[in-house]
Amino acid sequence: MQLLSVSLYDRIQMRSWTFDKILIANRGEIACRVIKTCKKMGIKTVAVHSDVDSSAVHVKMADEAVCVGPAPTNKSYLNMDAIMNAIKQTGAQAVHPGYGFLSENKEFAKRLAAEGVSFIGPDTHAIQAMGDKIESKLIAKAAKVNTIPGYDGVVKDAEEAVKIAGEIGYPVMIKASAGGGGKGMRIAWNDEETREGFRFSSQEAASSFGDDRLLIEKFIDNPRHIEIQVLADKHGNALWLNERECSIQRRNQKVVEEAPSTFLDPDTRRAMGEQAVSLAKAVKYSSAGTVEFLVDSKKNFYFLEMNTRLQVEHPITECITGLDLVQQMIRIAMGYKLQHKQSDIPINGWAIESRVYAEDPYKSFGLPSIGRLSQYQEPLDLHNVRVDSGIEEGSDISIYYDPMISKLVTYGKTREEALKKMEEALDNYVIRGVTHNIPLLREIIVHPRFVSGDISTKFLPEVYPDGFKGHMLTAGERRELLATAAALYVAAQLRSQKFLGDLRVSVVPAESRQWELCVELDKGLHMLGVSRSGNNYTVEIDGEKVEVSGEWNLASALLPLTINGKHRTLQCLLRTAAGEITLQYLGTSFKLRVLSKLAASLSKHMPEKVPEDTSSILRSPMPGSVVAVSVKPGDNVAEGQEICVIEAMKMQNSMTAAKAAKVKSVHCKAGDTVGEGDLLVELE
Amino acid sequence: VCTFLRVIPYAGALTRSKVLQNARCYSVSHLSVQERIEQKRKAALTGGGQLRIAAQHKRGKLTARERLELLLDPDSFVEYDMFVEHRCSDFGMEADHNKYPGDSVVTGQGRINGRLVYVFSQDFTVFGGSLSGAHAQKICKIMDQAMMVGAPVIGLNDSGGARIQEGVESLAGYADIFLRNVMASGVVPQISLIMGPCAGGAVYSPALTDFTFMVKDTSYLFITGPDVVKSVTNEDVTQEELGGAKTHTTVSGVAHRAFENDIDALLNLRNFFNFLPLSNKDPAPVTECHDPRDRLVPGLDTIVPFESTKAYDMLDIVHGIVDEREFFEIMPNYAKNIVVGFARMNGRTVGIVGNQPKVASGCLDINSSVKGARFVRFCDAFNIPIITFVDVPGFLPGTAQEYGGIIRHGAKLLYAFAEATVPKITVITRKAYGGAYDVMSSKHLRGDVNYAWPSAEVAVMGAKGAVQIIFRGKENQAEAEAEYVEKFANPFPAAVRGFVDDIIQPSTTRKRICRDLEVLASKKQTNPWKKHANIPL
Repeated sequence: MQLLSVSLYDRIQMRSWTFDKILIANRGEIACRVIKTCKKMGIKTVAVHSDVDSSAVHVKMADEAVCVGPAPTNKSYLNMDAIMNAIKQTGAQAVHPGYGFLSENKEFAKRLAAEGVSFIGPDTHAIQAMGDKIESKLIAKAAKVNTIPGYDGVVKDAEEAVKIAGEIGYPVMIKASAGGGGKGMRIAWNDEETREGFRFSSQEAASSFGDDRLLIEKFIDNPRHIEIQVLADKHGNALWLNERECSIQRRNQKVVEEAPSTFLDPDTRRAMGEQAVSLAKAVKYSSAGTVEFLVDSKKNFYFLEMNTRLQVEHPITECITGLDLVQQMIRIAMGYKLQHKQSDIPINGWAIESRVYAEDPYKSFGLPSIGRLSQYQEPLDLHNVRVDSGIEEGSDISIYYDPMISKLVTYGKTREEALKKMEEALDNYVIRGVTHNIPLLREIIVHPRFVSGDISTKFLPEVYPDGFKGHMLTAGERRELLATAAALYVAAQLRSQKFLGDLRVSVVPAESRQWELCVELDKGLHMLGVSRSGNNYTVEIDGEKVEVSGEWNLASALLPLTINGKHRTLQCLLRTAAGEITLQYLGTSFKLRVLSKLAASLSKHMPEKVPEDTSSILRSPMPGSVVAVSVKPGDNVAEGQEICVIEAMKMQNSMTAAKAAKVKSVHCKAGDTVGEGDLLVELE
Repeated sequence: VCTFLRVIPYAGALTRSKVLQNARCYSVSHLSVQERIEQKRKAALTGGGQLRIAAQHKRGKLTARERLELLLDPDSFVEYDMFVEHRCSDFGMEADHNKYPGDSVVTGQGRINGRLVYVFSQDFTVFGGSLSGAHAQKICKIMDQAMMVGAPVIGLNDSGGARIQEGVESLAGYADIFLRNVMASGVVPQISLIMGPCAGGAVYSPALTDFTFMVKDTSYLFITGPDVVKSVTNEDVTQEELGGAKTHTTVSGVAHRAFENDIDALLNLRNFFNFLPLSNKDPAPVTECHDPRDRLVPGLDTIVPFESTKAYDMLDIVHGIVDEREFFEIMPNYAKNIVVGFARMNGRTVGIVGNQPKVASGCLDINSSVKGARFVRFCDAFNIPIITFVDVPGFLPGTAQEYGGIIRHGAKLLYAFAEATVPKITVITRKAYGGAYDVMSSKHLRGDVNYAWPSAEVAVMGAKGAVQIIFRGKENQAEAEAEYVEKFANPFPAAVRGFVDDIIQPSTTRKRICRDLEVLASKKQTNPWKKHANIPL
């Protein structure tokens, strides 16, 4: 885990006075990210953690660590009392909140201020002003920032909503003012839909937020999501650090981001930057912040919201500007003036960020998965690659927290270079033990629409209307894949005949220079001829020759190969004695089966088996007592999610779901005594 | 023509006509022998004939010869006794059409990945693979030779049972095989792969061998079939429930593993064979290894949870430490609270034994003790070093266990570890409580290298129970518990006494074990002379 492999020219001002000790009120990659800059600045760090995180990377990296409660976030990372105690206990002078958790919580900022502890972020006024949808828009309007035409406030009834919608012009978007992001958002294209949207949103506003106000505004169809990074000090100075293009999203969560955007011309960029700065100044903003805009196809841009914290995707801005945003935030919190002028802020090259998640991309572009990272290796030996992560080999991805594994950032002089590097980085990234979204990331970054910059927030549903299905192999790629599997098989066969040491009975290896194999891929059978000399394999498939060579062995996690002169990095995820080989190729994993010609010809006699589906039934594996049941009928559970806990021999055993599904029925409750094989929970 | 010419030189003293006559006679009879040889060979190769072969295939099963072809290296099979025929003359068995060259079994030797193995493969297409005197004799012949040469025996079982027409001769045949199974036990590895029915007395040959594997859905092992069960005990049970692969790999513990189909089973068997030495005179095999012997496993430093009541998967530790994460687990679905199986460390075969905290807290009970004991004894018999991972809260209490004889069965595991003279390396990952600590390849049972991880707790019992006894009736139980934890819930009490040789960082475990195994490769240790030991069976 190397933080800034993409060099920053943001030198540390060693002589200036800094905080002695900073507490990072966060976990995972962002906590690690902040600690790294603190270390560079010579500042001591305090990590807070929940009990399950006690051996997490951020805890190991920090100089001190304080446990602030059990795993659920509301009892630990959101537990202000415990965090305030940790601050007192360690004598930290400042708190960096990272993103999420308490980063935009004005209560927390207030309590810190009351204790005389610096909050590394804006002051409470700005957090409050920008945290409210309606207020932030009013301030934006006043600061001459383009806003989406619309109405915010209390809407009397459905008819008033229709009237407002009519004035704005369809389509319109309706949601509760207090709701964040795209949550509870309704789109209406006509009066009827407006009435329905009103009912839904006003109910939600009252029940979820206790705040009746609604937001009705023009819905920008097919927009891009482009945001401007701003940096402001406590002396009224503010800068814009260019844009980030964040249009590739699923369920309003960003997946791939880049800086700069292919879409903005210098004039638009400047106009957006200047408006962002004027908004920052209008709320007396200090620290790093992000002003989000929606941009339509005619480059009209509209203010969406301002995030008063460090964004997840800040590294790409750091790459192209050379600024260390965390360092800048710390300096600003100390009261220093900005070091840079607007004219100092460059756009150097291009940076792309892929958010690598522990999730299954084949299910609605990503449903969380959990598990233990049995093998984990970041592609850090590649030049111009930065990986921000807070996990390591052996870490557990649990249900309690965000399933993000890392942010993979690549940099290049040009976009093309950065994208090429991203392909390479994704291919060289070893993640085993959890399902991850590299197949999807790898497909997005090579998709012609993405490559040409023709994207919008609807990119994923438009490109994959039937859901993501993994990489579609061309005939040539298919041959490469088959040839690699054949080469692996032959290498394994040959090695299995090599016995070392003195042998009482000599080994008589089967003499072979030529192998005739049958490889199965997607139910298609292929006859292959393989010959080998050293590490070079020549594979003949349907009359075409494929040459596979490279420096690898059967224990390598990565297979850096040259296939017909082209460089390819594959990964072998599984290789069994029965000839099954699973290869990760171009991001997607493919299941193959390699058999000798003889075994293949006899395969026709083997009975077809219908696998029994036991994944929807959870039975107690042993006698014991039920300590807790974590689900109720109707709940949606992720694969591997805890369903209940059985205690046997004073040991708690977590029973988990074998697949992502809805809970159909629960047959046990806490305190029950169960026998082995008793039905506990049924899934749909 | 060739035969004719060869006859000439010996014909010098004879008249021309006599020569011609003799030559013709000789060559005619010789030709007919040649023809008969060809015919018999051809007949032997087709077993019970095309119809029965088709029926065999229809059941999803391969023929005896197809199986051998898959099991052995190409062109390595050397067949014996292709011309043996049964000798039964009752019930019309003497008729020519009831004689099949080779009878109902194919025997011989061959190579698996270049290494010698003796094999027999029962032919279901000939009299349902039933065991005649001749059939048994063929098997005995290869077993005898395997013993003399020092090479393993693999049996592919697919037999309806005794050849009823032969009566006692068939029974004698079984006994002859049983005797050889016993004689070969501990001398050469014996493996049975059940690929069809195996019922009645026949089941005892696989039961006497070291490993019994099964093919799912097409193989059965039982003493008496469902019909007899119904008539005797009035139980309704299917073949599959009574003696299918699932029953024997999860409930009875008779079989060590099951595979999807014939091909899957035979390919896995080839892989499994590579772990085994050829005989008790050979060291554990060492294959070429690409996994660095000094590889650190950072994930292990965080694998043991802080709360001692929380489970983790012992297989994660095993996979992390062994070469290329390859672990051939024995009995993966039976007595899952103990994990046993074969792996390699720097290319050398090792036997792995580990308590599984994920299942029943990793406690020792009757089934896990027996499972562990048999595995340890196999490793000891065949010079395979044993690596033991300990996280055991004790023996499972309760009437079911006591009535079932946990004392007697638990003693088996203790006995096996104590008796073993192969290199023994033990790693205490967490709990090592009570008698179970002693049992699990402790220093006291001649463990060669015993390590503790920093998370190890070696004590008579857990803190709560101990405090309730030591401080019975006293107040401040919590305080006493804290004191106990401070004193005993760590590796120091064992380490200061030398009961563990070192406290090691978990991530270095692979490196340490690889180094120890190199040193221990020349270990020599013998037990006192005895006719044989008396394990508490």
